[in-house]
Amino acid sequence: MTVVAMDRVSLALAGRTILASVSLSIGTGDFIGLLGANGAGKTTLLRAILGMVPVTGGSLTVFGQPPRRGHAAIGYMPQGRANLPETRLKGWDYVAATVQGQRIGLPLYGAALRKKVDAALGLVEAQALARRPLAELSGGERQRLLLAQALVDEPKLLLLDEPLLNLDPGQQRRVVALVKHLHEELRVPVVFSSHELNPLLGAISRVLYLGHGEAAIGAVDDVITGPVLSRLYNAPIEVHRVGTRIFVMSGNVEVERDAHRHEHEDGHHHGHDHHA
Amino acid sequence: MPTAMNTKMATIMGMTIMLELDFMRSAFMAAAAVALIAGPVGYFLVLRGQTFAGHALAHVGFTGATGAVLLGLPPLAGLMALTVVAGLGMGLFGARLANRDIAIGMVLALSLGFGLLFLHYFKSSATQASALLFGNILAITAQTLSVLVVISALCLALLLAISRPLLLASLQPDLAEAKGVSLAGLSTLFMVVVALATAATSQIVGVLLVFALMVGPGATALRLSTSVMAGLFVAAGLALVEAWAGLALAYFTDWPVSFWITALAVAFYATSAVLARRPGHG
Ligand SMILES: Nc1ncnc2c1ncn2[C@@H]1O[C@H](COP(=O)(O)OP(=O)(O)O)[C@@H](O)[C@H]1O
Ligand SMILES: [Mg+2]
Repeated sequence: MTVVAMDRVSLALAGRTILASVSLSIGTGDFIGLLGANGAGKTTLLRAILGMVPVTGGSLTVFGQPPRRGHAAIGYMPQGRANLPETRLKGWDYVAATVQGQRIGLPLYGAALRKKVDAALGLVEAQALARRPLAELSGGERQRLLLAQALVDEPKLLLLDEPLLNLDPGQQRRVVALVKHLHEELRVPVVFSSHELNPLLGAISRVLYLGHGEAAIGAVDDVITGPVLSRLYNAPIEVHRVGTRIFVMSGNVEVERDAHRHEHEDGHHHGHDHHA
Repeated sequence: MPTAMNTKMATIMGMTIMLELDFMRSAFMAAAAVALIAGPVGYFLVLRGQTFAGHALAHVGFTGATGAVLLGLPPLAGLMALTVVAGLGMGLFGARLANRDIAIGMVLALSLGFGLLFLHYFKSSATQASALLFGNILAITAQTLSVLVVISALCLALLLAISRPLLLASLQPDLAEAKGVSLAGLSTLFMVVVALATAATSQIVGVLLVFALMVGPGATALRLSTSVMAGLFVAAGLALVEAWAGLALAYFTDWPVSFWITALAVAFYATSAVLARRPGHG
């Protein structure tokens, strides 16, 4: 069954085309690695599926319908930019605040909702974490709470935006293994964005690579090649395989590494950016 | 211990006399009405990192009040009108202003400048300026008291109605947006609540010290409580304790009420900071 279908979809932000004529279909069994340098449009694509970015051309359907905000069947983990003032607020309350947090009224949680939150925390083995204040948790631990949040409403599609950002390699492996486990256990299709390919190898079924407004989708071996990536990066790209790892090089520069550095600089902005 | 007994008796008698005074009773009621809204509003201001905006709104209120006096209108009306307009502006354009703190700071400075200019033309007495800047709760009229009760009730109802989406939008703006929350709309609504609450609070402690009674309890509550509902209750409770204790202490010491409220707010906050730093707390 098709969960997300894109037919020559174009997306624009503030009049600037971010993606042009992207066609793809995501099925129930898919675990898609959404790749591309910083600024390639990964977040924009996910936000389009969520109905937050209008489609300027082509057609996009989610569960057979035009995208709309607040779809209960989509679990979304935004790119990490949580606001965390000095607070004793517990992880549990943080997750609970997101559940039907759009509803008018008080942040009071009934028994049914509590059960759902506990179940989601159980799925990511974060019950113990949830009892601790948020401010004391590490980046990886917070990612797990954010992932639990995405699972609360028993989603039929998981959209995870850069869950590996700012994690060390060990934490990255654990997050990928956990998402793979959830994908198989809950039979939920996953779109997992990352600007690094290697941590996702072995977990993803297909890769969707974005660059310069274009997209390539397919098996890792078909997409991660010199010709395809040269087109997406608009520069000569060589692909080197060392054991099970793949290095994407532009001249002497490893392109993913470069992207990572930029993303760090960006992260600082986000912290201050969302007060209003 | 007869002396201890006597002191206790004297205190109780002092309290009884204090509460028999009309102006003290009005002051206690006004303080309660304002504290119950100032605390929870402060909680969200701290949670959203918007304390400076709250602070600036109070200063804008000073211009509104002095401008109203110049036009022969009640100061509270001018104060409320200008804080609400400024709050609306901050809510609508806040997200788009890159250097928000600088823009807010400029508006704040300009407002005080205009406030001074209006005072200059009105040749108003220093007492009136001082009352606006530092509060004059002991001179509160029955009419002002009822206005404060109405504003506070309105603010509290509105804040509680939007508290759930506001919490989500404060903690995870992207997620809130994905779930269909209008961030700009919510932010604007919240800033209107802040504006009204600021106007009410400035009637107690004056425009310069709103920060203490609003942000102080909110920040303290965030540090002490592990859940949001508890935090809102603690914030309201702390604001009430600080305002009432400030009034009582002022009555017995003859020092200004606003001084005591400010001192208590800072003392509570400092204590909570020390408690929160202790390992294993919570
Ligand atoms: N609100 C916005 N208005 C205009 N352009 C934007 C906006 N947000 C992002 N962009 C631009 O859109 C492009 C894609 O951004 P994004 O989807 O965040 O990329 P990625 O997630 O792959 O890093 C970037 O060039 C970015 O500068
Ligand atoms: Mg992104």
